[in-house]
Amino acid sequence: MSRAALKKGAMLVAVLAVFCGLWEGFRAVGEAVGLRLGQFEPNDRTMPHIHEIIGQLFEPSRRNGPLLIDVLADAALFTAREAAAGFALGATIGFAIGIVLHHSRLLQRGLLPYIVASQTIPILAIAPMVVVWLKSGWISVAVIAAYLTFFPVTINTLRGLDSADPRALELMRSYAASRWAVLWKLKVPAALPYLFSAFKVSATASVVGAIVGELPSSIQDGLGGAILNFNQYYLSSPPSLWATNLVAASVGIAFFLIVVIAERLIVRKAPEHVA
Amino acid sequence: MNQTVVAVRGLSRSFVGGEVIALQGIELEIAEREFVSLIGPSGCGKSTLLRVIGDLIEPTEGEIVVNGKSAHRARLDRDYGIVFQDAVLYDWRTVAKNIALPLEMAGWDRSRRARRVREMLELVELTGFEDRHPWQLSGGMQQRVSIARALSFDPALLLMDEPFGALDEMTRERLNMELLQIWDASGSTIVFVTHSIAEAVFLSTRVVVMSARPGRIVEVIDVDLPHPRTGATREEPRFFELVTRVREALHGGSGRANEVLRA
Repeated sequence: MSRAALKKGAMLVAVLAVFCGLWEGFRAVGEAVGLRLGQFEPNDRTMPHIHEIIGQLFEPSRRNGPLLIDVLADAALFTAREAAAGFALGATIGFAIGIVLHHSRLLQRGLLPYIVASQTIPILAIAPMVVVWLKSGWISVAVIAAYLTFFPVTINTLRGLDSADPRALELMRSYAASRWAVLWKLKVPAALPYLFSAFKVSATASVVGAIVGELPSSIQDGLGGAILNFNQYYLSSPPSLWATNLVAASVGIAFFLIVVIAERLIVRKAPEHVA
Repeated sequence: MNQTVVAVRGLSRSFVGGEVIALQGIELEIAEREFVSLIGPSGCGKSTLLRVIGDLIEPTEGEIVVNGKSAHRARLDRDYGIVFQDAVLYDWRTVAKNIALPLEMAGWDRSRRARRVREMLELVELTGFEDRHPWQLSGGMQQRVSIARALSFDPALLLMDEPFGALDEMTRERLNMELLQIWDASGSTIVFVTHSIAEAVFLSTRVVVMSARPGRIVEVIDVDLPHPRTGATREEPRFFELVTRVREALHGGSGRANEVLRA
């Protein structure tokens, strides 16, 4: 491993350690002096110890049941599948809309305001309707996730396709290149860095979309179901919900990292341009 | 005289609804195997003239005939190779694939492309660099790749817009020599836009001197320096005489009438 990578790894661990220290320190001091901030009071219920949250993962999820971590791993896989399907669907549709709007300024002027408006409708209002239309099931959840995914992809596709060097376009013109060739050999490769910026946002959004989408679908097998469930039992076992949130965050981070790795493999750019 | 490759007749081009006149009353004929430089102050329309010849922009008035066809037809027939000041290579393609790009557009099959790329790499002396990416090359090497790309499909006409303007003087003089060898080997006709008087005289068979506002041709100077030209050419008295003539035409040119050109 390179020096830079080691430094980066050390930094990540250090930040995590500082965060854990702040969490535990705040709670210890808060309890010692009887701190109250409005309704908030640091204690076992509001701020479980970090070792309790981690430890809860390795406790049985219910009497004589499997370990919580096994239950959550299954739920995470289930949600990840929905989110991945939603991401793929949303990214494809978002990219296709971007390509179409790029080629018709008229359509762009007509449709873009509505596409922007679509994102102002809260996902919580969309989700129940999707379930009514498509019936409860993982397809509905994927569609809800796709709804959160497509928008950044559309916007960045539009920006990315316009980013091609005008002289490169003149060269293509001098080669008598077809529109199709200009699109796939110049504009889309030039747009890739923009697309991957959008994919990073969309990948994490698709996980949020999948979790939220599980709620109106009454799907019990995913992280959304687990969050709802442990929310109901929060008073008796606060660390369970915290542990679930930790797992949900891990899924989002994993999605993000997959996009970063894909970007490294696919986008060939001068090293100084690589973020 | 050789066959005419480019004939520009009564060409005018204005921008911003006719308010800015970039070119006015341009008459120019360029014969096969000629190396013609366009030189003039900023705003004299030399790059515009190059782009009009290459059908990248349309003339407001007048006619362009390239190889007996309209400029538009000539572009669709892939008669033009174009080189800009920046190499404009695709970062995501290797050197070999950059050179092969126009060949892909022209529908050449893979083996024919590979053969042609090898020949072009040899021509610009970059054999061994085919699998590099553009950012791994120096500015001069990048520009040689862009010349190889422009010549890959063997265009009748090579249009070069200040191709060495961004390079240092040493590299520029070396590439001038190489360009003359490439010109000799490829048999193409070259139209070359430059700011440098010495470069124009050293490279060209004719130098077209232009003036600004409106962009016009003030004088066309035949360069009778013998071929092949070498480093010693730059030290001949005749070279300096011609440089002086071009300079005088540039400075005195604003008031003179257009000269109608011999073919």
